[in-house]
Amino acid sequence: MPERIRWRDLIWQAAVLLLVGFVIYEASTNAYDNLQRQNIAGGWGFLNNVAGFALSQTLIPYSELSTYGRAFVVGLLNTLMVAAIGIVLATLLGFIVGIARLSQNWLFSKIALCYVEFIRNVPLVLQLMFWYSAVLVPLPGPRDSIRLLDMFFLNNRGLFVPYAVFGENFVFVVAAFLVALAAVITLYLYARRRQEKAGDIIPLTIPALVILVSLPLCAYFVTGGPVTWVFPELRGFNFSGGSRVIPEFVALLLGLVLYTAAFIAEIVRAGIQAVPRGQTEAALALGVSRRKTTSLVVVPQALRIIIPPLTSQYLNLIKNSSLAVAVGYPEFVTVAGTINNQTGQALEVIAITMAVYLFLSLSTSAFMNWYNARIALVER
Amino acid sequence: MKRILSLLLPAAFLLATPAMAQQTLTAVKARGSLTCGVSQGLVGFSNPDEKGAWTGLDVDYCKAFAAAIFGDASKIKYIPLSAKDRFTALQSGEIDVLTRNSTLTMSRDTTLGLDFPVTNYYDGQGFLVRKSLNIKSAKELNGASICTQTGTTTELNAADFFRANNLKYEIVVFVTNDDVIKAYDAGRCDAYTTDSSGLYAERLKLTNPDDHMILPEIISKEPLSVAVRQGDNQWADIVRWTHAALLTAEELDVTTANVEEKMKSSDNPDIKRLLGAEGNYGEGVGLSKEWAVNVIKAVGNYGEMFERNLGKDTRMNIQRGLNAQWNKGGLQYAAPIR
Repeated sequence: MPERIRWRDLIWQAAVLLLVGFVIYEASTNAYDNLQRQNIAGGWGFLNNVAGFALSQTLIPYSELSTYGRAFVVGLLNTLMVAAIGIVLATLLGFIVGIARLSQNWLFSKIALCYVEFIRNVPLVLQLMFWYSAVLVPLPGPRDSIRLLDMFFLNNRGLFVPYAVFGENFVFVVAAFLVALAAVITLYLYARRRQEKAGDIIPLTIPALVILVSLPLCAYFVTGGPVTWVFPELRGFNFSGGSRVIPEFVALLLGLVLYTAAFIAEIVRAGIQAVPRGQTEAALALGVSRRKTTSLVVVPQALRIIIPPLTSQYLNLIKNSSLAVAVGYPEFVTVAGTINNQTGQALEVIAITMAVYLFLSLSTSAFMNWYNARIALVER
Repeated sequence: MKRILSLLLPAAFLLATPAMAQQTLTAVKARGSLTCGVSQGLVGFSNPDEKGAWTGLDVDYCKAFAAAIFGDASKIKYIPLSAKDRFTALQSGEIDVLTRNSTLTMSRDTTLGLDFPVTNYYDGQGFLVRKSLNIKSAKELNGASICTQTGTTTELNAADFFRANNLKYEIVVFVTNDDVIKAYDAGRCDAYTTDSSGLYAERLKLTNPDDHMILPEIISKEPLSVAVRQGDNQWADIVRWTHAALLTAEELDVTTANVEEKMKSSDNPDIKRLLGAEGNYGEGVGLSKEWAVNVIKAVGNYGEMFERNLGKDTRMNIQRGLNAQWNKGGLQYAAPIR
């Protein structure tokens, strides 16, 4: 009687849903009553109040007169920045180390092995403290900066680099680059069609690079060099002018990248080793070159194994960025903690924090699942 | 621990019903010990000594409350709290009383569901800098990096000061004071700012304390106060009148050494009322007749507490200043016990 069973399932599901709804309702009304009884302020109005505190890194304009809501956004952007750069670098390093682990070269593979085993077995928070307290903060002060060509300065206040100011004519340089890009894409399409028809391969890497570099460069000189550089200058206590990367950010980025890369390396190694040897042997037997065997036979199959656990590592990296509390980088959790303390609205602040991390993690998962589906084996 | 705490406390709001008003004293007596929230280590206020025993002015206040309630200053459980977690711990009932160099402000008093019955130390915020910077005033700190603890009034005052004086600055904040002082010591910041009592205390932790100096500006008022949950008036009264007893004892020159003798032989009616030889003032706040005697026996009077923890014979070497008695040019003024 399949009809009846389906009904029973539905009733169970509905019951569970009701129960969950009831618990949420009870918890929130109870919390509301308790807060009322204890005269603790509640609600979301505080988001529009003036925050009054400063933050050391802001990607959007923010001052002490901005609101708590804006402070949350600043914290979120700081988290996104470190997570995005971290994911790219950790992936690159992870792939390099993972492939080095499988290298025929004894030294390479052992160095990679030591790296993986050492890094992934030491707690991340200790590594962050190491990078911050033992490496970056003990750097010399601004007056004795380590300098390169009087343009780049490294000291315990951060890394200072020249800052580019783009003149009006810079549009032409951008336009030249876009033209170059279009030309290169057309070339590639032509080469591909030619290969499909006639079977011969036109080497394009070097011509493409030449076009991409030379066209914008010509435009730059023809328009009279529309970029001026602002160099960092020691003024008073610190450098002013130029761009600056704060040591808290560097410590967090280093820690996250090195730690996550160790895990990614193992995932890459496992993925490559999981591709049966017969695949490589078959390709070689057909006369395909070693390099092409790797890039066209092994890697595509390995990627299918690598992507799902890689997604987990990306999610870990995003969530681990909240350990920045230990090194004073103003990412989302640090800012939320300050706001929590200044307003005393713990429930609201924690609810926002959870919602934000849930959103970040679910979006990352959704993207990686889409990518995974795209590269999945298509059976014909 | 901190992480777990900050997650669990809101959970307490979701599920539990909080302790009812007027019940703190009953709950403390039933438990047999007082739970005090203290700092994670601030010399002179609340700091564990070499043997792990808590000492300091705030700790002595906690001991005074325990002595008033139990007649025994050892029935205490100390909970070290960061600036960030302190108020939540009190709101949720994790601690009974917060003696943790916390500034009373209007918003804290009116939106956190807390009361600040007494100010046990009048403080103000200052700056600590390296002598090698060669500056004489905080107004010369244009462009400087400033280290401080997050979630404090200090963080807000610093922002106000630099904004009001049109100075550029960079704020570098950490959750624990130890991280702040480490970063300052290593040169990450040009100045360290906190309550000036804290500057005296933290300076001692630096590698070379003598290379650093405190700038003359005091940029804020910091009435460091004892906090309790709002709504339990009896509990707030115990805090208020224990503080009054400590100040009155100093005014009347009643000390740990002479309290027994004065209780028996003094003819001064003020002393007789304080020590329970005349009337029964402890009863009004749910305590025994000898509550003040127990307090003074355990920790001495306010002056003794100050000298022992912060005074000129300690490494802190802080003047009484604003914390002198009202008749000696200070702000400490107790309402009469009668």
